[in-house]
Amino acid sequence: MSTTVKEVQVGDVGARAEMHADDGKMTLNVGPSHPTTHGVLRLLMELDGDRITRCEPVLGYLHRGDEKIAENMTYNQFVPYTDRLDYLAPLANNVAYAITVEKLAGVQLPERCEAIRVLICEMARISSHLLGMGVFGMDAGAWTPFMYTFTEREKLYTLFEELTGARFTTSYTRIGGVARDIPDGWLPKVEKFVDELPKALDEVEKLLTRNRIFLDRTEGIGTISKEDAIAFGITGPNLRASGVDLDLRKDKPYSGYEKYEFDVPIGTRGDCYDRYLVRIEEVRQSILIIKQVIATMPTGLWYAEDAKKIFAPQKEKIMTSMEELIQNFMIVTEGPQVPPGEVYFEAENPKGALGFYLVSKGGGVPYRLKIRAPSFCNLSILEKLAPGHMLSDITVILGSLDFVMGECDR
Amino acid sequence: MIDDDFVKSLLGGRDFLNLLHQEDCLTLSCDSSHLVSFCEHLRDNETFDLLVDLTAVDHGVDAENRFSVVVHIYSLVHKSYLRIHVDCPDNESPSIPSICGVFPAANWHERETFDMFGIVFDEHPNLKRILMWDEYPYHPLRKEFPLAGIEVPLPAADVSEVTGAAVDPAPMMGGPFVSSGSSRISESEPRAKDESWTEKTEKPV
Amino acid sequence: MVSDEYGYNSKVEGEVIVTRADAVVNWIRKHSVWPMPMGLACCAIELMASAASRYDISRFGMEVMRFSPRQSDCMIVAGTVTYKMAEVVRRIYDQMGDPKWVVAMGACASTGGMYRSYAVMQGVDNVVPVDVYVSGCPPRPEALLDAMMKLQDKIGREPAVKNLSKTPETAPLS
Repeated sequence: MSTTVKEVQVGDVGARAEMHADDGKMTLNVGPSHPTTHGVLRLLMELDGDRITRCEPVLGYLHRGDEKIAENMTYNQFVPYTDRLDYLAPLANNVAYAITVEKLAGVQLPERCEAIRVLICEMARISSHLLGMGVFGMDAGAWTPFMYTFTEREKLYTLFEELTGARFTTSYTRIGGVARDIPDGWLPKVEKFVDELPKALDEVEKLLTRNRIFLDRTEGIGTISKEDAIAFGITGPNLRASGVDLDLRKDKPYSGYEKYEFDVPIGTRGDCYDRYLVRIEEVRQSILIIKQVIATMPTGLWYAEDAKKIFAPQKEKIMTSMEELIQNFMIVTEGPQVPPGEVYFEAENPKGALGFYLVSKGGGVPYRLKIRAPSFCNLSILEKLAPGHMLSDITVILGSLDFVMGECDR
Repeated sequence: MIDDDFVKSLLGGRDFLNLLHQEDCLTLSCDSSHLVSFCEHLRDNETFDLLVDLTAVDHGVDAENRFSVVVHIYSLVHKSYLRIHVDCPDNESPSIPSICGVFPAANWHERETFDMFGIVFDEHPNLKRILMWDEYPYHPLRKEFPLAGIEVPLPAADVSEVTGAAVDPAPMMGGPFVSSGSSRISESEPRAKDESWTEKTEKPV
Repeated sequence: MVSDEYGYNSKVEGEVIVTRADAVVNWIRKHSVWPMPMGLACCAIELMASAASRYDISRFGMEVMRFSPRQSDCMIVAGTVTYKMAEVVRRIYDQMGDPKWVVAMGACASTGGMYRSYAVMQGVDNVVPVDVYVSGCPPRPEALLDAMMKLQDKIGREPAVKNLSKTPETAPLS
């Protein structure tokens, strides 16, 4: 019996189905442009009725060549590109990149700068998790939590705008410090925001956490075992929901995280519902950290004053003193001078562990910068995870993995 | 704990390993033929079971050993990283054995390294390009490949027929202004490295 | 419709307004533009923010963001268009029904933005004809709403009745 392939033209976006007459399986292309809002990911799926038998993700639709661009720019010129990696928490990416270069350059930061960086990292974590959960609810069919979380995020955007000048894509850190000091009156506004946030979070939880439909759609779906999670290099809330206690803020503390007390939520079953609960709890822990940072914010400078060839001096000195003028000129044209060597640093970003591997041959331009994106590694388990589930579970699984294609493809 | 005893016991009896430095984490260099067995030993006996990164570095067209693959592994018990440099034996068609069998996380990382550098991983289950489209002829992160790109036809022939679009080199004029810094200041003005070239316009020197 | 597009004298016409066909058709079209969000990268987040409650795009009748090209009027290309994705953008543009418009939102969609590299198409106007370009990286939601208002003005100036009998200029894919 010869194989007959009947081609069925379906007019909707991204769905062209071929029916195989002998084994009854259907190839479905969930194309790069599709309703789930995670970005341009293409899934080539083979379905047996409604059950997925094979799922192959195709990436690269947002590959912009960041690593090649980094080899042609000075260290400070590359900071805006790090914003656009995980574009839901740009401040956290900025901090991770700056710490990597500072490690290689051997720069010691003052306490105020470190406290500012912890504060903005935690605010970025809240921003990313709020969107992640809002969109997760929308993927499972609930439209309202999305609106509530976006309202809270708009308040965060106003705070970011006052601090950095941009709503998101902030480009706030520089090598050796941050771009500017905290403006007066900003910290009380942040405190007011985190005091009001638990109420909004409770409203989202009331809608989702014990919702019968949400529970049915997420419990037991997309279960990742501990061994699988470690074998596939998964990090971040996805790994912790599977029961592995790995949080870089506790295990390898950076930028003064060891001064603050907070808990790390660990899940038990590793399914979509656990990942959702871990993220909600992480937002509550971030609120605690922010309160501690504001209460103990040290005074001092927001940049490393002794990093002579790395951080540009203050504007008043540049305009009046010759040495500072030359220093500023050298740093802007040739870039912060970093000694030759290699370094690898990972920061605990909201999506997972964002790592930068930097190889420098001296000078102000990196020789090789590799961006270890958490979403790239988190997504690699999809090929093993999806088969066996129903077609409608795919949106829930993708939503719970909470990846961002800007980071995945770089 | 990563202390001197640990390093000694790791290196002892393994003459295919060399300690390079320990500045930010323990960095070893490994021979490509022993890579898979060493990784198995690390995962099973030394608790280094989380592969965080696998990438490559191109040391330049004139370098003696052009490509080297760099592997980063994390241990939850020691709470520390381990970096392994593996030199690729051949400069023209570099290839090393794949560690997918030991760490499934390496699957996509090796595909990306193949896509960007052209390093072939032996016995990889699915060595295809992952970030660029399958028919793309070049390996972008090699040092001789220009940032602006080289002109190739668009991957979809019918779209380029209708719209006349092609993969053109990006215009670099006005691009990132970086000074080379190596010569006198009057000669190293920051200028964009205009690298856009096609078969018709020569590469500017 | 502006006052020079229709004539109305209550004593003579009663409850009838006299106007041009173009004005009516354009008025209906511009106040219910249904966008097809081609949300590719960071600009998609600002697009979602403009659809959320603070910068309500629903005031303009544009909250119907269906991801199906068959049901939408305007494709908002929000984000970087790489060469790999260009084919997909073009195919979806062809699946949209006439009349259709394209808004290139952000620096990356307009001209390639700050990504001058081997993989990024320097502007989505290489594959689709663009009506409104919005600058910004990312543009604020107010900028996007301003662009949609400019698009509404542009729609208002179209010779709608003449276009009804015309074949589309851009050849679709076979």
